[in-house]
Amino acid sequence: MTSTPPLPAWGTGGGENEPLLTVEDLHVEFTTRQGVVKAVNGVSYALRAGETLAVLGESGSGKSVTAQAIMGILDTPPARIPKGRVRFRGTDLLRLSEDARSQFRGRRISMIFQDALSALNPVFTVGSQIGEMFQVHQGVSRRDAERRAVELMDRVRIPGARQRLHDYPHQFSGGMRQRIMIAMAIALDPEVLIADEPTTALDVTVQAQIMELLAEVQRESGMGLILITHDLGVVADVADKIVVMYGGRVVENAPVHDVYRSPAHPYTRGLLESVPRIDRKGRELYAIAGMPPNLLDMPPGCAFAPRCPYRQDNCVTDPVPLYRIGATRGSACHYWREVLDGGHG
Amino acid sequence: MAATGSPILEVRDLVKHFPMTRGVLVRKQIGAIRAVDGVSFDLRRGETLGIVGESGCGKSTLAKLLMGLERPTSGSVRIKGREIADAKESELKRVRRTIQLVMQDPYTSLNPRMTVGDIVGEPYEIHPEAAPKGDRRRRVQALLELVGLNPDHISRYPHQFSGGQRQRIGIARGLALQPEILVCDEPVSALDVSIQAQVINLLARLQRELGLAYVFIAHDLSVVRHISDRVGVMYLGKMVELGRDAEIYGQPAHPYTQALLSAAPVPDPEGRERRRRIVLQGDPPSPASPPSGCRFRTRCWKAQEICAQQEPPLQLRPGTWHESACHFAEVYDAMRSF
Repeated sequence: MTSTPPLPAWGTGGGENEPLLTVEDLHVEFTTRQGVVKAVNGVSYALRAGETLAVLGESGSGKSVTAQAIMGILDTPPARIPKGRVRFRGTDLLRLSEDARSQFRGRRISMIFQDALSALNPVFTVGSQIGEMFQVHQGVSRRDAERRAVELMDRVRIPGARQRLHDYPHQFSGGMRQRIMIAMAIALDPEVLIADEPTTALDVTVQAQIMELLAEVQRESGMGLILITHDLGVVADVADKIVVMYGGRVVENAPVHDVYRSPAHPYTRGLLESVPRIDRKGRELYAIAGMPPNLLDMPPGCAFAPRCPYRQDNCVTDPVPLYRIGATRGSACHYWREVLDGGHG
Repeated sequence: MAATGSPILEVRDLVKHFPMTRGVLVRKQIGAIRAVDGVSFDLRRGETLGIVGESGCGKSTLAKLLMGLERPTSGSVRIKGREIADAKESELKRVRRTIQLVMQDPYTSLNPRMTVGDIVGEPYEIHPEAAPKGDRRRRVQALLELVGLNPDHISRYPHQFSGGQRQRIGIARGLALQPEILVCDEPVSALDVSIQAQVINLLARLQRELGLAYVFIAHDLSVVRHISDRVGVMYLGKMVELGRDAEIYGQPAHPYTQALLSAAPVPDPEGRERRRRIVLQGDPPSPASPPSGCRFRTRCWKAQEICAQQEPPLQLRPGTWHESACHFAEVYDAMRSF
């Protein structure tokens, strides 16, 4: 067995500047009638200013729940955070009172969602919803709030911003609604923006527009971006670093080029090999066998073991730490060397 | 995926307009949504025709027209030479033994109160002549096995299956009447990436084993390329380009196809800084009031006066070996793999 020591509690190290935001050994559980759902089981990651961190995972991987815990928008109960820290510039947000917490939300850390239509209030005009950010947080007058709303709508390239100020969310297309949500999210110049599947509901040409807008906003403001997605293409396009999640755990973290060039976890490897590509045309695609784990009944060992071609006996029984496998990489697989070398176990 | 012989499905100038009305007592037609507006293509036995396009391009309406679930405003759909556009209900019922539909969402397209056996066997209730009553259970179990499900699970309910398994149930139901054509409307887009490959492999295997022809409608360009022999690109109710997969993906001639392909993110960060991307401005116009002439002209960087005046027909253009509907069609050969 490998003797590589586990990673320290958070981060991939190496950067000279301090991280803006760190998630450290975060656990989130939900109490349901069927039992306790362990949605997040010891997740750690770090984000620096100006950086784009992609959190890649499928439904049920815990990627969105982690983000909701960072934002402090989980309903508790049913959710509970038995363990972990979320540090923003050194302050542990989880230890703050709700009042203190709300000073961060929207102001220094903000979030956009997949479904802009249900995130916006249908009975208020977009102008008043964007303007509200300034009225509530900065106490500016209604007239000033309106003026700044128009500026923001211009900035996110909504054509005819002044005329559309008094329109309602349903009068906009999906792409335009996503722009309105981005406008609200960046209104107060946050240092961190969390984008949870921001383009999943959009067509590919509109997706390209929105990703370009996010990149531009990030360039101008230097904010850190956490991009939560299941789309291997979007990640490859924009990410600096990747965290791959499975069954509520981080199974791999690395700079983006390393992951695509040589994945170090069997799950990541399987995902990359199952993507249709031109050189795979007419051939059977590699398919990861089986199904995602049941979060009500997590195995003691590796959550991916039942589907894994590299599986050995100890995978089923022994917990897997996130091994440090390089200066800036980690893999939660006992057999990461074999995975790196390629082949299917 | 060897396409052979004469077309099994012939579509000509197919049009579907949905009337828009105003008024309650006296309903007045004030316009029409031109969902499908003059689409023509052939499909041969054992072939896969991929249809790509963004929301509102009319691809799902096209699927319903092919199935006879919507009546076309005009135009023709012939299945094995038999016209279904104006066919009687009884005639349609007979034709539907040849063509079946697999839907996108395996969570809402299966009745939660029916067992898997009832769902997969339901086509036999509608077409009792297809299978004698005493033989149905055996047939349903054989179908479950064919799509990779445990035949012993015949009495379970949909909620006891995962998304990927539910899509297999939908496919098994589609195969019950031994159709020759499957219309697949976004069959994998509701599934997780790790499950998509399983279902794509299944569809490819079924095609090989059963000689099925597919109309494969999807917005995911890489999935469509993987499975298709030919690909049609739709924009605002029109087919703007149609050709072999290698032609569409390798030498697209229509500006919209070029923009669509370049917008699709490539799952490989290598060389991303140098990648050239055509970012279209704005949203597609409403199908209720499409632009005159070429429908893409309002977002097209090549548009000239002629584009507003003359609608470019889908035809072979100089320098290309496949059909496109652009006055200034020109092969763009720099498409990288994605």
